[in-house]
Parts: sequence; C-alpha cells; structure tokens
Amino acid sequence: MDSTFFNPEEAYSRSEIEALQLERLQSTVRHCMNSAFYKARFEKSGIRPDDIRTLDDLYKIPFTTKQDLRDTYPFGIASVPLKDCTRLHSSSGTTGNPTVILHTARDLDQWANAVARCLWMVGCRPDDIFQNTSGYGMFTGGLGFQYGAEKLGMLTVPAAAGNTLRQLKFFKDFRTTVVHAIPSYASRLYEMMCEQGIDPRRDLALRTLVIGAEPHSEDTRKRIEEMLGVKAYNSFGMSEMCGPGVAFECREQNGLHIWEDYYIVEIVDPETLEPVPEGEVGELVLTTINREAMPLLRYRTRDLTRILPGECACGRHHKRLDRMKGRSDDMIILKGVNIFPIQIEQVLMQFEELATDYLITLETAEDNDIMTVEVEVSERFISDDYTAFQNLDREITRRLRDEILITPKVKLVPFNSIPKSEGKAVRVKDLRKQY
Amino acid sequence: MTIHQLSVFIENKSGTLVKVLKLLKDEGIQLIASTIADTAEYGICRIICSEPARAFEVLKSAGVAVTLTEVFAIELDNMPGRAADAIEIFANEGISIAYLYSFLLAGKGILIFRTDNPVRAVEVINGSGLHAVPEKDLSKLL
Repeated sequence: MDSTFFNPEEAYSRSEIEALQLERLQSTVRHCMNSAFYKARFEKSGIRPDDIRTLDDLYKIPFTTKQDLRDTYPFGIASVPLKDCTRLHSSSGTTGNPTVILHTARDLDQWANAVARCLWMVGCRPDDIFQNTSGYGMFTGGLGFQYGAEKLGMLTVPAAAGNTLRQLKFFKDFRTTVVHAIPSYASRLYEMMCEQGIDPRRDLALRTLVIGAEPHSEDTRKRIEEMLGVKAYNSFGMSEMCGPGVAFECREQNGLHIWEDYYIVEIVDPETLEPVPEGEVGELVLTTINREAMPLLRYRTRDLTRILPGECACGRHHKRLDRMKGRSDDMIILKGVNIFPIQIEQVLMQFEELATDYLITLETAEDNDIMTVEVEVSERFISDDYTAFQNLDREITRRLRDEILITPKVKLVPFNSIPKSEGKAVRVKDLRKQY
Repeated sequence: MTIHQLSVFIENKSGTLVKVLKLLKDEGIQLIASTIADTAEYGICRIICSEPARAFEVLKSAGVAVTLTEVFAIELDNMPGRAADAIEIFANEGISIAYLYSFLLAGKGILIFRTDNPVRAVEVINGSGLHAVPEKDLSKLL
C-alpha cells in the first residue's frame, strides 16, 4: 500500500480543504452547544450555530483561553458526557488549576491517525522500528507517539525518558530506525555514544529522528543530523490540541504542515486580536474541527509563529507554520517542560531567608539547556555559618525541582545584588542558542 | 576573651572582593588576616582587621552583606607542633571547631577558630594555660 499519502485528505486542494473545514466547523459548533461553557458563551455573545455560514463567520466566535480551561476545571468545557470519554490528559497545573483535556475513543483514534500521517510523511513504514524516548504518563509525547507509531504499523518501543545507556542498548539490539527525542536529549544520546565508542553510522541503523517539544534552530537541527547520521524532522503539538500530530515537517524540511482537516489556523496580533497580514508573525489560534469530547473554538495557544507563504514542493496544500518564534506570555519551555516564572516565584516566596528579587537565566552549556535561579539572601539571614548557606541552597533546589520537575542551579547572592530594572522587572534572561 | 571577625557573604564574581577591601582601605582600616570559604557560586570572606566595629559599620552602610562574629584568637609560640598541641587540647575536651585558620603576627603564631560551644572553650582555655589574645592587643602587634 505504499504511497506518498497516508490519508486522502493530505492531497486535498485548497478548495477541497476549505469545503471540508466549513462542514466540520458547522458541525463542531452545533456539537459545542452540548458544552455548558460554550452554550453560555454563545448566548452571551448573541450568536447561534446557524450564524456560521462561511469560514469567515469563525471571527464571530469569541476566543477560548487557557484561563477558560482553568476556570472550568476539570470537565466544564466537555461537549459529551463523561461516560463517553475514554482518556484524560492533564497539565501539571502548578500555576493554578491544571488544564484537563478529555478524549473519546474516536478522538484517540483520530489523534493516532494524525501522528501516523506525520510519521508516514517523513518516510516511516511498517518495517521501521520506532523508539520513543519521551516521558509517558500525562506527558502527551509518550502515548501520543506510541499510538501513532502503532497505527502506522511500526514495531514500537516505549523506552520512555532517561536511562541513556539502556536506550543505546535498544538501538543496537533492536536495530531501531526511528527515534523520537527532544533536541537536547538527541545531543545527550550522541555524547553517550562517543563515550561508549559507538559510531552511529557504522554501528546503528538510525535513519530518522523526530524532534519536538523544545524550540530549536536550523543550525541545531543540522548539527544533530550530522552527529547521528539521520534526517531530523520538527514536530509541533500541545496538550490542548491532543499533543503531537498538530503540525509536522515534510521531507522538504521547510515549515510544518498543519493538518487543516483537524484544525482551522489563524494568526492574530496578540494585542489587538485582529488577523495579521499573511506571512507575518503573530499568535497561533487554533479551532479543533475533528474532536468530539472537548472541541476548542479559537483557542489562543500563546505560541508566536507565522504561516509560510507559497506552495510546498511536497504537493500538500495544508498550510505550513514557521518554527515557533517564542511566546506571547512569559512561559518558558525547557527540556520540553512548560514553566511559568510565577511557579518559581511562589516557591522562593516561601523562604523567609530570601529577599524578594530573583533572576532566572536560561543557557546552553555543552548542548544542554540549563536554568540558573539567582536568589538574594535577605539581610537578616546573612551569617558566618557556611553550612547554613549550603543547606538553604539545597532546600531551595529541592523544592524548585518538586515544583517544576527540572533541577535548576540555585545561586545564592547577597541582598541588593540583582540589578533592579525600571518598570516591569526582568525576571527571565534567555541566553539559549536556538533563537 | 573572644575577638571580632567580619564575615562577608560575597558572590563569586570578579570585583566583589575588591569592592569590600577598597571600602576598608578608604577608611584606613588595616587587614590582619583574611580567608575565603567558597563554592563556585558564593563564598564567605572572613576578615580580622584593626577596628572591627568601625569596619562593620562602614561595610554595612555601604550595603555589604556583613556580620560581626566572635571568634577565639590563641597566641602560640612560633615553633613546630604548637598548633597541634593546642588543637589536641580542644579535641580532648570534646569542643568541636566550626572552622580554623592561622597566621603569623610579630613573630607569634595566631590561631583563629570558631566553636559552637564558646562557654566551654573559655573554661578550657583558662584551665590549660593557653593564651587568648584580647582584641586591643591584636592591633598593637601590628
């Protein structure tokens, strides 16, 4: 059954895509009236599902935000009864209520199909062996790729995160050909191969690498490809949109096709919320049109990107997103984990030994992204007791790790040593290489 | 029986130590001894100087993270083994030493240390014939 496309929708022309989008948008909006949240919101803004007659009528619908997901925690946006749902994914929820996404069996099947389509697009076939180094559990990069790779028919190894030596053993013993890893972990794998005397070109069968969840530059991609002797493809997803499988690079490696039979894409100015001119950077707004349990209408992703103008040589007419350019809020993405500075602030504020100023620095050191948190020791706590400083350092590190799931480097500094900025405090310095 | 030591919490960054020492220099305060305990990120600089009380005020008003700490200063003959003898006395009495450093001043060895049990340390010093240098005498040796 070998062919270029996994699904016929991939080959649709613009007019076919848009016809399907309108049909699916209309049915999604009607279906959303089963959601207490959307029903109330439509009534409040004075619109009815019948008002959606063209794709442009989408603009009549109010935006949905992450705050809406928090406010309706856990099940308030659902458009089906819970008995019809078969899976739940949730964010860690450390900045307030977690965001919960529900799935029906059909949703999960469609999600797996989208991921399988992405993997097929970059040349994965049933005779490939797919090893997933993503964390499993609530992190959607685990189960998302698992089900997608299985759907395609690959032998799928749920190796999960960590234990690099064991990952390498599996590469060798199972003759793994496709790997999913975050970019910083791909570099880590290579370091470990060098230490172990493994030459990936000579000793391994790796051919394709799927990298996502972490912003990275074209240079980083090229370096990883060169190191491991693979082709590396950029993957984009987010838990609110299921997870991976939202947009993916084709073999042209020039922009990520977003599956427009699943999503309607808008790029808006984050201040005015008006659409930006084609090709300009703005906030990505997505409407799910192929989801039952919990459709989201005009969801503000906070990711900044643009639509690449022009046609793609691969023959797909689904629009292409450029690499993510950053965030319209202050969220930090480190090693694939989403972190808000407020989480760090909340932990630091529990320590009476500390003054109120802090500075988060993100840097790339030996291919690893690291976070340093500088904190000011308050005047009252300054002492001659070195052990007390060490204990304080250790305790702050431990509590931060419990909160953000990443171990930062904590740096104690004397009070008044962090420069005070005028106006809005600069709490985060991002010196990482990728942008 | 104890003397005053300045303990300055400093960031391990170029220029931070110079700033502290220049403040003292500008006030005509002389360093007698100093030592730094450090990690890669931060350190405690401990200073014995002339006029420690004034030095403390100078640094504090300049916004330096400084505390004034009481430490013992034991005067020893400048001969091999004297430090070992002194420390053995404290060890035998079960007095634990948080940190210790030594230097020579006017031909005498000076042993500086801090303990968490200063009351007992005073008793031991009095009963053992060790000589604790009073603060005013330390500056006179300069």
